[in-house]
Amino acid sequence: MSSRISARFAALKAQGRGALIPFLEAYDPDPATSMAILRGFPGAGADLIEIGVPFTDPMADGPTIQRAGQRGLRAGATLAGTLAMVRDFRHEDDATPVILMGYYNPILSYGVERFCSDAAASGVDGLIVVDVPPEEADEIEPAAKANGLDLIRLVAPTTGDERLPRVLSATTGFVYYVAITGITGTRSATAEALAAAIPRIRAHTNLPIAIGFGVRTPEQAAEAATIADGAVVASALIETLAANLDEHGRAKPDAVRKVLDQVRALAEAVRGVRKAA
Amino acid sequence: MNKPLPNTFRQGPDARGRFGQFGGRFVAETLMPLILEVERAYDEAKRDPSFMAEWRRLLTHYVGRPSPLWYAERLTKHLGGAKVYFKRDELNHTGAHKINAVLGQILLAKKMGKTRIIAETGAGQHGVATATACALMDLPCTVFMGATDVERQQPNVFRMKLLGAEVVPVTSGAATLKDAMNEGLRDWVANVHDTYYCIGTVAGPHPYPMMVRDFQSVIGEETREQMMAAEGRLPDILVAAIGGGSNAMGLFYPFLDDASVAMRGVEAAGHGIDTDQHAASLSKGRPGVLHGNRTYLLQDEYGQILEAHSISAGLDYPGIGPEHSWLHELGRVQYVSATDTEALDAFQLCSRLEGIIPALEPAHALAHVMQLAPTLPPETLIVMNMCGRGDKDIFTVAKHLGVSM
Repeated sequence: MSSRISARFAALKAQGRGALIPFLEAYDPDPATSMAILRGFPGAGADLIEIGVPFTDPMADGPTIQRAGQRGLRAGATLAGTLAMVRDFRHEDDATPVILMGYYNPILSYGVERFCSDAAASGVDGLIVVDVPPEEADEIEPAAKANGLDLIRLVAPTTGDERLPRVLSATTGFVYYVAITGITGTRSATAEALAAAIPRIRAHTNLPIAIGFGVRTPEQAAEAATIADGAVVASALIETLAANLDEHGRAKPDAVRKVLDQVRALAEAVRGVRKAA
Repeated sequence: MNKPLPNTFRQGPDARGRFGQFGGRFVAETLMPLILEVERAYDEAKRDPSFMAEWRRLLTHYVGRPSPLWYAERLTKHLGGAKVYFKRDELNHTGAHKINAVLGQILLAKKMGKTRIIAETGAGQHGVATATACALMDLPCTVFMGATDVERQQPNVFRMKLLGAEVVPVTSGAATLKDAMNEGLRDWVANVHDTYYCIGTVAGPHPYPMMVRDFQSVIGEETREQMMAAEGRLPDILVAAIGGGSNAMGLFYPFLDDASVAMRGVEAAGHGIDTDQHAASLSKGRPGVLHGNRTYLLQDEYGQILEAHSISAGLDYPGIGPEHSWLHELGRVQYVSATDTEALDAFQLCSRLEGIIPALEPAHALAHVMQLAPTLPPETLIVMNMCGRGDKDIFTVAKHLGVSM
């Protein structure tokens, strides 16, 4: 069922390039604005899309994403509302993979099985549940699998060689490499560190690898999408959105365009580098 | 309760760090390898006689243990019922029970080769204890504290600074204990290579709930011996305040398999558990996942965490240790609550009758004892854990009593 992710990575590989995966926080700063950004992502060059599900206590995220989540929650964000966004998006785009990234408690509260079934029906392709490590995989894996949702796992610099196989065996879709030990939006990994880390993971898996945390500029995105198979850009886009809110926290008229322009610049840089197919 | 009760209440947690359905290890992958390392190191340490001997030496000569068991005779007469004893953990060095588990954890951190300690704190007692142990063992210490709590617990903030710790005010969320814990976890994620996170209560990812309980169990072990010496038998009822639940777990744990011993955990009811201003996660919450474990949480219908409220900065946490959630569902421990006002009344009564100014946390436990004791015959023995002293709270209390200082 969930072939969008693997189909997309296969197509990109055939084109000889990596993926740009932009991130948006659902309902940030309001449902209409975040829906407009979501709708605009593919046209601006997004190859896959990651949607953050707001949570009050996002312990792996930095202040930028935390504030985005708080704006989303104030605007009424819920898990059901986030799924409705994906459903609307699917009316006009049936090809771009959509991944939800969030924390476990809202899913638990919604009901794990009901959530996985509703997510798949809404057109979600994969899940990243930050605080469910492989050790707790049975919490969500059966329901995700039954509904054809990929369970994308984080691999961190602290994930040692003896632990890698365990993490990777619990992963489908792609591997999300957390480039730094740290929270989102704080600092960036060096090209050397990434160049050393990615082959270490490749030795254990055939899945595509995307690099996230600390990927901010077009140059960094291009580099990450070359060293690995994709680059996730989150905090840098949210900062642009946040910088284009008025004093009441409402999106200024050109806020969406500015975010999409940034995605376009990132996409051009990623598309500018070719790699061996 | 249709499920059969376990043979023992003291076998938990299981290999996955669960007490029944509660507990576990719900953390980001970056932390997971370190959590497993802490677990291995602790397993080794508790079997290492020299490690445990060093911890015991510190408890005796640095903390001042065993803490006395005090028969509160004037309070007993005043209440006119059961005989009330205080386990006096407020006499510990640094003024609360927190130091028991901190010393164990800091010894462990040293053994693991960690060179930097971080902690979160609500009322400041855990922060002071951690800063103290770090000063003693020459380790740099950073304490995360909600900005709201920094305001209402100034004496403890000053103490931590005197002890050489860096106090970081946390402004996110309600700027209280929950947010300080988020910030602690964030710092840990960023500094896993050299940093040990010294958690102050029986919550967080496995092995913390078990490890903190084990270290705090010294409270119950001493109580057992002291009560046998004083009365020749076990107590009938144990009472302790519950925020995360470490002082209560420490008192209860050694008695869990003694069927004759009843136990009451007292949550903070704030303005009342029928308002939305309380911290009663067992009475008013439901199971969820936060801060690395599955437990009862104050949350809305969508699984978003609610802010807790209590006059006591140490109790306003929207969760509770997972072992308490398990004991609650099994019915082994009864969880009740006391309001801000009831705690303030108890605070004053205890000061006048016993010459002991309690912290606002045990004042909640005392508020329950004040209701309970008069309904019971004089031969009933109650032990209440006086887990902290009230010096830190005099400004808060003065404000509520309309006294300017």
